[in-house]
Amino acid sequence: MNTVSPDLDRRFRDAAAQEGLLDVAYDLVDSPIGSLLVATSPRGLCRISYDADPEREVEQLAGAFGIRVLRSPKPIDAARRELDEYFEGKRHSFDLPVDVALLADFNRRVLRELARVPYGEVVTYGELAARAARPRAARAVGMVMNRNPLPIVLPCHRVIGANGKLTGYAGGLERKETLLRLEGAIL
Amino acid sequence: MSLPPFERFYEQHREEIFAFLVRRLGRDRAEDAFQETFLRALRAYPKLRHGEHLRAWAYTIASRIAVDEHRRPRADADLPELESLDGRPAFAQLEHLADQLPPTERAAVVLRYGYDLDYSDIGAALGSNATAARQAASAGIRRLRQKELR
Repeated sequence: MNTVSPDLDRRFRDAAAQEGLLDVAYDLVDSPIGSLLVATSPRGLCRISYDADPEREVEQLAGAFGIRVLRSPKPIDAARRELDEYFEGKRHSFDLPVDVALLADFNRRVLRELARVPYGEVVTYGELAARAARPRAARAVGMVMNRNPLPIVLPCHRVIGANGKLTGYAGGLERKETLLRLEGAIL
Repeated sequence: MSLPPFERFYEQHREEIFAFLVRRLGRDRAEDAFQETFLRALRAYPKLRHGEHLRAWAYTIASRIAVDEHRRPRADADLPELESLDGRPAFAQLEHLADQLPPTERAAVVLRYGYDLDYSDIGAALGSNATAARQAASAGIRRLRQKELR
């Protein structure tokens, strides 16, 4: 048959990444909370999406990072390994470089503070706002969490309401609960 | 038409480009040529200004690589020299000459006379059929002749 074999397809996708020709490489990663679309730019991890519609996601990645977007598993291997370890409870922090260069200053500052919230702990939106030097910006912090491009790795699931309620999660409250339970932050 | 993300371009064209390369080169050599075709396309992709004629573009790259592959000496084959008399390959001269033609005619002329594709392949590359490809090629040739006479 004159069709592209999975092996040939894979070799091209590997070579494209190997030669440094991609603006974004992405792949799907299985996890206990569903399939994740994970993407990386040459600078670092740039997207983790729940329930991704790959076609739409690819368009968005191309719009943000450049037209050369290709599904290519190899550049995602490190992220896949760290996520696997995290879900097995063996990893408490991620060592992956992240690419948040395109985000607004405020978002970057909030996400930088978010990254410091330790495994197994939670903060309120207000506390996180205060740590980002904008004590009255709890709602704005909520928006930043909602648009977090790298959930799990940048742990927006560790941010909860002042009343102790989980409040909201872009991936759905069930996932937030699962992550917090995995980390032992709730019983 | 705006340029689609490369993933979509690759998904849309990989099967027919591979089938085309198998017809030209045989299965074994087609695999290397396939990889080279899409790597070359990937290198040039950000320079494209729009998403039109992408299929013909992909065929043009694949044809060029198939020609190069044919020229490459192999241990088991004594291949004839394909270059024209003044040392420039036929397709390079034609591409230059045909620059002024409308895109469809240009692609048809270059693919037919520069790369020696048959009309059904050209029809596929242009998103039409063999008859339309033949008509586009002869319209292009007529136009080139008129220009030469002027």
